[in-house]
Amino acid sequence: MRLSQLEVGETGIVKEFTDLEMSVKLMEMGCLPGEEIRIERVAPLGDPIAINVAGYQLSLRKREAYTIVLQ
Amino acid sequence: MKADIRVALVGNPNTGKSTLFNVLTGLNQKIGNFPGVTVDKKVGYTTLPDGRVAEIIDLPGTYSIYPKSQDESIVFSVLADKHNAHTPDLVVIILDASNLKRNLLLYSQVADLKIPVVVALNMMDMAKKADIDIDVNLFAKKLGVPVVPISARKNEGTAALKNAISFANKFAFQEDSIDVSTIAPEMVEAIGRELNIDNPYLALQLAHQHETLKFLTPEQSDRIEELEKEFSFNDTVKKPVTAQGETHSNKIDKILTHKFFGFVIFFAILMFMFQAIFSWSSYPMELIGDAFVWVQDSLHHTLPPGPLTSLLVDGIIAGLSGVMVFIPQIAILFAFISILEDTGYMSRVTFMMDKLMRKVGLNGKSVVPLIGGFACAVPSIMGTRTIENWKDRMITIMVTPLVTCSARLPIYTLLIALVVPNRNVWWLFNMQGLALTGMYIFSLISAIVVAWVFKFILKGKERGYFIMELPVYRMPRWNNVIFSMYDRSKAFVFQAGKVIIAISIILWVLASYGPGDRFAKIDQKFSTPQYTQHMTADSLSRTISSAKLENSYAGVLGHAIEPVIRPLGFDWKIGIALITSFAAREVFVGTMATIYSVNGSAEKMQSVYQKMKEAKNPDTGQPVFTLAVAFSLMMFYAFAMQCASTVAIVFRETKNWRWPAIQFAYMTVLAYAAAFIAYVVLK
Repeated sequence: MRLSQLEVGETGIVKEFTDLEMSVKLMEMGCLPGEEIRIERVAPLGDPIAINVAGYQLSLRKREAYTIVLQ
Repeated sequence: MKADIRVALVGNPNTGKSTLFNVLTGLNQKIGNFPGVTVDKKVGYTTLPDGRVAEIIDLPGTYSIYPKSQDESIVFSVLADKHNAHTPDLVVIILDASNLKRNLLLYSQVADLKIPVVVALNMMDMAKKADIDIDVNLFAKKLGVPVVPISARKNEGTAALKNAISFANKFAFQEDSIDVSTIAPEMVEAIGRELNIDNPYLALQLAHQHETLKFLTPEQSDRIEELEKEFSFNDTVKKPVTAQGETHSNKIDKILTHKFFGFVIFFAILMFMFQAIFSWSSYPMELIGDAFVWVQDSLHHTLPPGPLTSLLVDGIIAGLSGVMVFIPQIAILFAFISILEDTGYMSRVTFMMDKLMRKVGLNGKSVVPLIGGFACAVPSIMGTRTIENWKDRMITIMVTPLVTCSARLPIYTLLIALVVPNRNVWWLFNMQGLALTGMYIFSLISAIVVAWVFKFILKGKERGYFIMELPVYRMPRWNNVIFSMYDRSKAFVFQAGKVIIAISIILWVLASYGPGDRFAKIDQKFSTPQYTQHMTADSLSRTISSAKLENSYAGVLGHAIEPVIRPLGFDWKIGIALITSFAAREVFVGTMATIYSVNGSAEKMQSVYQKMKEAKNPDTGQPVFTLAVAFSLMMFYAFAMQCASTVAIVFRETKNWRWPAIQFAYMTVLAYAAAFIAYVVLK
């Protein structure tokens, strides 16, 4: 299951990342393995999504969300 | 100013670092650049309770010292390089109390570099509101460093922070947050031994980052590479402690990023911004313009006439006035930008527009510069710094000058009035208004098309990603708004001003001197009784300046380029105007006024209009300004880079003459082609 497959309002727990470079950035910003992520909303045009992780909101593109593997 | 101690501010973005910097240093700060990169370097001074002066350097906000952007690698270079001119004696780390957990990563990285650290625990007020309770004493004990709770926005706790700075240790006593020896003990030890570094964490970071660090010699870097291979090891990432936070701006987001209302509100805000830049700036701009005219007039009266006076008044002061009139627009645009950023709305705009803008090679953040370009490209290009991605930023800079700026407006209104009938179609649409609207829409379309082309030409250095924090909505900090208005205006006047004044002086020389004794002959001719007795002094002087302009170097150049611009339908008179308006488009109308020897009264525009309407081609007897010529001219001005301020600011922002040169070249080619097509089609 990838983060990009979740619907708005659903939650998932980070398991691992498929992209090394992206994973460093994501982990720095609080997306660590074991963290719970909730999909907060989707941008009006359907691409970036906003997620809630570690107590704050991040925005990322669907392509980037696809690199986050959920438990 | 001489400082006794050097303090660096380090923290995540959106933790109130700049607010703290402003509170600590007040107006006592200056902004420069780190050498070789377009990262702002903010340095200020503050007096500590014990009387010592502390130099405070505000480092760019970063989530980690592991660098992925220019901003971030600056932070590591400053902290790790012992020979850097800015290496601090003490680091103040700003942590967001309402989201401590994520902030601790950066803390642990900086602390492990073994530089003395003081923690400023900011946003204590927000944390309290969110029911987050932090035991400051226990926290300080665990970290082994002083922790000062503050609220930079409310200016609470800053005195205690200054106290902590003055009592800070010269040595780092913090607890290690990572046991480096478990990661790659042999390699770290070897690097430490060979490069004479006693901090294992620094050695580990050097191993990670040596390829991008400028302060290592190539030999050192190569040696680290070898050692890395020798003790091949795996990446490890760490994390400590806990706290929790909760956002409460979801309700606002539901409306502001709504599928329908989100866009409506965004366009309403843009319209308001655009209107404000246009209308609020017109009065101060007029005031500045009038003040310079007054200064020029009174200098002309008081100083003895001669080339030096003329150089000072018509060259330098006129150039200076061309720089100063932009200040109101720059200040207003930056007031808006800083309010939009401060409140957190800008990141929502990016969020909403990203998909659309990405298709043409831009970025969600390009929207604001592009719209700001309707007022003036100069502040908008300065505003592209908010775009982190290099390629996206460059494309935005390259296309922003295509958007119809306010300097093109007088040219368009004049030319449209000449050739488009002033009547209504479909009851309520005025044809002239439609033509003007068409020019505006056309400019936006051309910017998007050119951006799309650049998307394929430019090679991106970094991978474009869009992982970005959506900060909680907050009230803007009015101090910051005023600071940014002041900063940006100052940067523009001092950095772009030099180039503009230089170009103005060159143009002044071109317009006020002629080859050989042409000017003397004109003076001679018009001093004969047949002129002095039959013309009023006023109209005589206008006739003389018109004749002189025709015979000046600019006039000669105008004649010289006539063969080149004839296919566009332009004559040498328009050629002169093209040359004189090279530095600023709005000069076109003024030059037309001089060429058609119009007096400089209040109805200048009206009289230029009359003269141009009556202008006939001496060979054919037909009017000069036909529909084809007027639109060809408008197309030329729509594309041509006739703005010295923009050229100068693009250079300042890109730090490389290649960019303004490429921009100038592509815009001129487009201008010529578009004008030619317009002329041929409409003829």
